[in-house]
Amino acid sequence: MNSAATAASEWYRPTSLADALAIRASARGAVVAIAGCTDLMVGWNAGSRRLPSVLDLSALPELGAIEVGPDAVTIGAAVCCARIAAHPAIAGRLPMLASSARQTGSIAIQNRATLGGNIMNASPAADNPPVLLAFGARVTLASVRGSRTLDYAAFHTGYKRTLAEPDELLVSVTVPYPAPGASSHYRKVGTRRAQAISKVALAALIETTDRAEDGTRRVRDARFGFASAGPVPLTAPSLSAALRDSPLPAIDRLLVERALASDLSPIDDIRSTAAYRRQVAVNLVMAALAEASQVP
Amino acid sequence: MNFARTLEFTLNGRVLSGADGSIASPSMRLLDLLRLQAGQTGTKEGCGEGECGACAVLVDGEVVNSCLVPVGQLHGRTVMSIEGLPRTDPLLEAFARAGATQCGICTPGMILAARALLDRQPDPSLDEVREALAGNLCRCTGYARIYAAVLDAATVRGGDA
Amino acid sequence: MPIPERRDGFPGTRGAVGAPVVRKDAAAKVLGEARYVDDLVYPGMLYGATVRTRAAGGTIERIEFGPGFDWSSFVVVAAADIPGVNATRMIEQDQPVLACDRFRHAGEPVLLLAHPDRGLLQEALAAVTVHESPNPAPVFSIDDALALRGEVCPGNVFRDYLMSRGDLAAGEAAAEVVFEGRFETGAQEHVYIEPQGMIAHVDAGGVLVVEGSMQCPYYVLDTLTAVTGRDAGAVRVVHCTTGGGFGGKEEYPSHIAAHAALLSLKAGGRPVKLVYDRAEDMLATPKRHPSRTLVRIGARRDGRLSFLDMDFALDGGAYTTLSPVVLSRGVIHAPGPYACANARVRGRAVATNHPPNGAFRGFGAPQSIFAIEQAMDGLARQLGMTPLELRRVNMLRPGDRSVPGQLIDDTTDFDAVLEQALRESDYLARQEAFAASNAANAAAGRPLRKGIGLATFHHGAGFTGNGEVVLASEARVRANAEGRVQVVASSSEMGQGNTTTLCQVVAGALGLPLDWVTQAPVDTHDVPDSGPTVASRTCMIVGLIVEQAARGLRAELIGKAGLPATAADEHAFAAACARYLDAHPRLEAQARYEPPANVAWDETVFEGSPYASYAWATYVAEVDIDLTTCEVALSGFTAVQEVGRVVNPVIAAGQVEGGVVQGIGFALFEKVVRDGNGAMANNRMTNYIIPTTADVPPVRVFFQEQPGGTGPSGAKGLGELPMDGPGPAILSAVNFALGTRIACLPVLPEDVLAALQAAPAPEVA
Repeated sequence: MNSAATAASEWYRPTSLADALAIRASARGAVVAIAGCTDLMVGWNAGSRRLPSVLDLSALPELGAIEVGPDAVTIGAAVCCARIAAHPAIAGRLPMLASSARQTGSIAIQNRATLGGNIMNASPAADNPPVLLAFGARVTLASVRGSRTLDYAAFHTGYKRTLAEPDELLVSVTVPYPAPGASSHYRKVGTRRAQAISKVALAALIETTDRAEDGTRRVRDARFGFASAGPVPLTAPSLSAALRDSPLPAIDRLLVERALASDLSPIDDIRSTAAYRRQVAVNLVMAALAEASQVP
Repeated sequence: MNFARTLEFTLNGRVLSGADGSIASPSMRLLDLLRLQAGQTGTKEGCGEGECGACAVLVDGEVVNSCLVPVGQLHGRTVMSIEGLPRTDPLLEAFARAGATQCGICTPGMILAARALLDRQPDPSLDEVREALAGNLCRCTGYARIYAAVLDAATVRGGDA
Repeated sequence: MPIPERRDGFPGTRGAVGAPVVRKDAAAKVLGEARYVDDLVYPGMLYGATVRTRAAGGTIERIEFGPGFDWSSFVVVAAADIPGVNATRMIEQDQPVLACDRFRHAGEPVLLLAHPDRGLLQEALAAVTVHESPNPAPVFSIDDALALRGEVCPGNVFRDYLMSRGDLAAGEAAAEVVFEGRFETGAQEHVYIEPQGMIAHVDAGGVLVVEGSMQCPYYVLDTLTAVTGRDAGAVRVVHCTTGGGFGGKEEYPSHIAAHAALLSLKAGGRPVKLVYDRAEDMLATPKRHPSRTLVRIGARRDGRLSFLDMDFALDGGAYTTLSPVVLSRGVIHAPGPYACANARVRGRAVATNHPPNGAFRGFGAPQSIFAIEQAMDGLARQLGMTPLELRRVNMLRPGDRSVPGQLIDDTTDFDAVLEQALRESDYLARQEAFAASNAANAAAGRPLRKGIGLATFHHGAGFTGNGEVVLASEARVRANAEGRVQVVASSSEMGQGNTTTLCQVVAGALGLPLDWVTQAPVDTHDVPDSGPTVASRTCMIVGLIVEQAARGLRAELIGKAGLPATAADEHAFAAACARYLDAHPRLEAQARYEPPANVAWDETVFEGSPYASYAWATYVAEVDIDLTTCEVALSGFTAVQEVGRVVNPVIAAGQVEGGVVQGIGFALFEKVVRDGNGAMANNRMTNYIIPTTADVPPVRVFFQEQPGGTGPSGAKGLGELPMDGPGPAILSAVNFALGTRIACLPVLPEDVLAALQAAPAPEVA
């Protein structure tokens, strides 16, 4: 059905990061970096025969490792979702990330789709970014000029725009472990139960104080990540601020509604409506808070 | 060095290479290589965007959608399409007997996705079957007979072990 | 898996009917060896592509070919190149093969291109611009069309039917409780996993050969002869393995075949492959008709219906296509399986500027059955009865006359079907348990709600009314000197299993092992017209014809070749065939459909017996609804039906399971989103959502078999029935769970949320 004659101008498959960065630098943005191809190749099919030059990141050892550290896990940008979902340390310490990786498309997609691609494709509906936002992840970018590490929360600057420069590659994502006893809650609301794009998704990480004598506890710190609730994967700074020191479980729904009204900017599109996204986002937060209040 | 000429991988037991022309271009979709260049049309195109699973094949034993794989990424890998599945695989007879194939267009991809499941979980539960096949759309069967076939094939394989 | 036990064969057969034999095409399909149209490649083959309109109707001003292409290297076909009639042959001939001046919808074919290099072809396609003067006031809804806000065709109505019985005014006067409602269903895309496609070439003998994915080879032939001006001897249509149809490959393949043929003829007969990608397939091909039904229904206090008044309208889209017959089936099925002496159903197929809608499994019945079933629930609520009680009171029983006028005289025990469904689903106990758990969850602020709903319905098999008389379908059975037999018919396998079931019927009639019988390749130069492969008619109607032909063949062998009339095994049969063929050039028997005496239908007044057989069913759906997200998850589905004699229990259960899951999609997932031009905006599998394995638990299927059908050994048609029940059963379950009055399908989480916000909302955690 589609062209069999697709031919990229050049096909680069470096086996070291240094080589990859050199190609990236010399091409000045004229090469497309590819990894799992699960988003990118959808465009190839419908488009022209003449593809841009390709920089294949799949053979770079520097991008292919999962390193378990004392405070964080560092995941190479070209690690696929299936490996993340199956990794024991991630399942044990960062279960939300195992969960989002397991809900990224079908198994055939998870076997190919990479964490880096999920970030760099910069879709507001991407499945793993909400979790990375809630965990306070950092991203490491590299170029021939050197490397830098940024808070992921600042990375997406607008629809399909990021802080990455044209000569940079995303190398890894570092996800710190949450504080002991923190409650984490991930829920993807997709168009169906599997193999779906999210209509709205929430990742929440809620730290609470110890239970007071009257049995109540307070929110010490709450961080959120949302998908499909605005032009980029979003945190919810107003909500996080509003919840600080609030007592659980008696959190006022109106407070959450008001905060999210300023944090989120969902739209009507072919998958859902702004009204639904807004309402369900509030419901998901309330459910996450209810769950946090029940942590022993 | 021209990567395209050094590229090689194994398809159903046969080595393909850029050097001998059996791989036309690294940017070719694996699906097109299978169907148009290798003439192995058991792998089907249902959507071209990784959504339906009709083009599913195994790469190093793991299920992938061949419409989303440029062959340049297969260097050194082993690809199996339905034509490479041993004819003794219990899934084949189980699918036929259970009525798990109707129009048949999803069947090769479905069987390969099931093979990948049974290789990592030889005795799956119904829920595991449902999870493993969620990337393979079937519009004819309503899936019930496919579940039955996979569970049945698992029993056969278990008997061999 | 509740597959019924096989029965013993009927006398004189080898028991092939009723046996769960493995499908004849199973081996080729599991091995990936079955050849679909896109698998075929010919030397020198060109690829075809279609340039389409963008606006929702208007006028084509001119066509511009962009710079940078050697256009002389392309085969280009426009309307002016059509040698014959520029229209597909359907009920009316209003739909052009290629638009040339005025057009009515977005996505209408205007120009065809072909080239050996598909990459170049794709680029060239993007370089052709159709300059349009758009229709300033397109019509996109049934209400707007009927209110004449814009004109698609004069009056905006393709067909207007009235089925009227008894005295409506008297029935209204007698009613003690009246329910009124408005019900809507959306468009549905077939999503056969194999997109549509055709290959055309001219063979060495000058015959135009068109092969591809289709349900109705003789429909395709009819259009091809008209469009090319050739006679049927100079055109051959060959059916390829077809990857699903569901009605979607009933009428549109005629367009694609005509396009491929025109390109090939212009290219001097070179093979031209025209296979759609998914986006084009979803954009261009017909959908299930959206519907809008207004219902007024009244009853006495005891629940007995006193009148029924329905206004049923379908969005036919921009051209007539099959809308009149979809409409008539919808009108006839609108009163459901209930007795009502005073009834009126008005049906209209309405013209809009949407791409034409067409055949889809159920063919109008799922839409009108949805409306009557929901109205019955509404009436029950108003009466203070349960939906179950109201159905029990009004269900058609032997000796009753249905609203269309048919005497219920088959042996079906519809009460037994209903009772089995209640038993298998544990309906009453669950209804009670779900109500209790919903109340407890509401009190505790927990988000889970559970619902259960049922639908009772019947579905007529075969063409409506006199359709089968007009079709006068023909089929043959032939044998060679080794006694191997072929079924010779145009009925086309598309996954539903008819190749196997027809062979079972013939093997049964001849007392042969099943592997001695095959279906001849479907090629219009070899097989007679056994009618289109639609309308749940193949097993029942064509099965009967091939059974008669097989009996004729056997009689011929008994009479002229010494086949023993009793106790002849396959070896005696083969010997008789050999003897016969020593003396005769061929061994073949033909049969033609003779309608049963009970079918007499007056289409002018919509009265009589529209179908020879009905399959009867009760379906029960169970749902879990999470108020946090308003997602509805199907937690159980029980489908009980009476379908006469089951020819192959595995194939029959597969038809029900597959149809039910399409119905689940219709109810809960599948929504065609339109752009500003009325074209499908979510025309990708990523965005048009059909159920996956994760969305559907195994459907529980049960058959009751009473050999009252008019098909072979008492079989009835089955293919469409399972599409009718899931929609109303699921929506009833949703409304039960939430206390809402949602009246539209599909019901997406967004709709659930809106309904809860409109009603007093339960507290959500």
